[in-house]
Amino acid sequence: MSQRTVREVAKPNENEKMEDIRTPFSEFWRKFKKQKTAIVAALFICLFFITAIIGPYIVPYDVAEPDYDHILEGPSSKHWFGTDAYGRDIFSRVIVGARISLAVGLSSVLVGAILGSILGLISGYYGGWIDNVIMRIADVLFAFPGIILAIGIIAILGPGLYNVVFAVAIFSTPMFARIVRGSTLAIKETVYVEAAKSIGTKDKRIMFKHILPGTFSGIIVYFTMRIGTSILTASSLSFLGMGAQPPTPEWGAMLSSGRDYLGVASHITFFPGMAIFVTVLAFNLLGDGLRDALDPKIDN
Amino acid sequence: MAKPLLEVKNLKKYFPVKKGILNKKEKFVRAVDNVSFEIYNGETLGLVGESGCGKSTTGRMLLKLIEPTDGQIIFQGKDISKMTDDEIRPLRKDIQMIFQDPYASLNPRMTVGEIIAEPLIVHNMYKDSEEMKKRIHELLGMVGLSSYHSVRYPHEFSGGQRQRIGIARALAAKPKLIIADEPVSALDVSIQSQVLNLMQDLQRDLDLTYLFIAHDLSVVEHISDRVGVMYLGKIVEITDKDTLYDNPLHPYTQALLSAVPIPNPRIKKKRIILEGNIPSPLNPPRGCAFHTRCKHAKDICKKIAPEFKEVEDRHFTACHLY
Repeated sequence: MSQRTVREVAKPNENEKMEDIRTPFSEFWRKFKKQKTAIVAALFICLFFITAIIGPYIVPYDVAEPDYDHILEGPSSKHWFGTDAYGRDIFSRVIVGARISLAVGLSSVLVGAILGSILGLISGYYGGWIDNVIMRIADVLFAFPGIILAIGIIAILGPGLYNVVFAVAIFSTPMFARIVRGSTLAIKETVYVEAAKSIGTKDKRIMFKHILPGTFSGIIVYFTMRIGTSILTASSLSFLGMGAQPPTPEWGAMLSSGRDYLGVASHITFFPGMAIFVTVLAFNLLGDGLRDALDPKIDN
Repeated sequence: MAKPLLEVKNLKKYFPVKKGILNKKEKFVRAVDNVSFEIYNGETLGLVGESGCGKSTTGRMLLKLIEPTDGQIIFQGKDISKMTDDEIRPLRKDIQMIFQDPYASLNPRMTVGEIIAEPLIVHNMYKDSEEMKKRIHELLGMVGLSSYHSVRYPHEFSGGQRQRIGIARALAAKPKLIIADEPVSALDVSIQSQVLNLMQDLQRDLDLTYLFIAHDLSVVEHISDRVGVMYLGKIVEITDKDTLYDNPLHPYTQALLSAVPIPNPRIKKKRIILEGNIPSPLNPPRGCAFHTRCKHAKDICKKIAPEFKEVEDRHFTACHLY
């Protein structure tokens, strides 16, 4: 008798439609698409990605070949962004530079995020002396301004783009470690983690299956913003002559080489500078939008 | 009497209280203090007591979610209290837990299917994913849900349905003993009886043994075979349900039972009102822990802790009156 009542009440409503399911993603998308600035930023970043991929195949001029008949020319219909001191087309160089900037920004942050997430996860989950060691090292890295730390690392490793990636990755790591550690501390106390433990789930599975997905929203937001910062830092290092070496069309290196002509041909520095500015801004705005869309407390 | 499925002997949990900058462990919260009981195959042992009396801590220690300070937990003849995580893992299949808050105990980022599959994956019970899927659907059916619910997320369900998911997860590994930590106290009263009936049906069909932790005496009366009453980290009385409800011996049990509402306004009943508050487990009273609030308290109660002894047939209590 009692059994029947139980079954009856629990019977699901057959009319429920599968389309009504509110997955975490649909919830995110609902909030994200309301943010116009972030959408524009996202579209720009898509364009940036496409440029980075196909850019080198569509540019009108060779980016390294000097053309001494057309040096320091201002923007014209032939050279949209003008030419530099060697007569190279700045538009082509900015386009090709997108690939370098994106590769450096993305890979350095990716390495930093993976390294930082794992360290943060271990630190937060196990606690104790492991936590102390990892977090104190992070504090030491935090104490340096990013660019100084990067210069220090490059001073040891020598200049070059790969070392820039490494340097930027190192100084992105502690921030990711802190973010993930914070979320881990909160999530590991939840009842569902306790439930997983009671089932007999191993630590590794708890960390990667139950805790890590809960930290993703924080990671994604910071990841996006960090790409902007990393592009900026990488450009700064190249500007200082520690990253990409000429004639590589890296934005920071282009700024550096145009510095001497600032008075007579400001377009040489203006266009790569704008490229850096707009790209970093777009990543930051997208990060802001993602943060608002992923925050369950903000709802409109 | 058959051998008990689970035997708990002198279980203790003292939480250290850290003080000062040197983290000196000066005082201890005696959350569970010398608790002993047995659970026999197929029965339901209810564990009641007010908030903070250590009943949940006891339940969690049985699963080693909290490391016991001292004492033995003997499950199927093996002492699990000193086992390491790796040694105990295969045994976890046999002891599962149902949690109080169905909103917190399910990972919001996993589908219901993934949640229920977790014990099956962890214990490597199915090699074939189709068979595992079948088992998940079977489990959902057992708790009164439908197989298509397995692709949904916990937030799409009501509290009662979530608790059913929690029960399905607990059943997945085919356990012998289920520790239910206030499984219905977070639910509406109308849903409570459904979940309780479901648990009883499952117990009958699957030959389960329950340790049922609750503070609601009528719920415990409904589901239990035997009932233990806890006060300030100690079990003060333990006996068959009928004996306890008809003839409570310990003054605390008497007071507790007098507080159960009777759905009949014409019946006049004598309510025993306890004076004062429950003492702090940080600094429990000497002698009998209950003497500060007991109207029968004598001099001996203040000095010597009463022994936990069998006063009547299978009726244990810790009180100097008997």
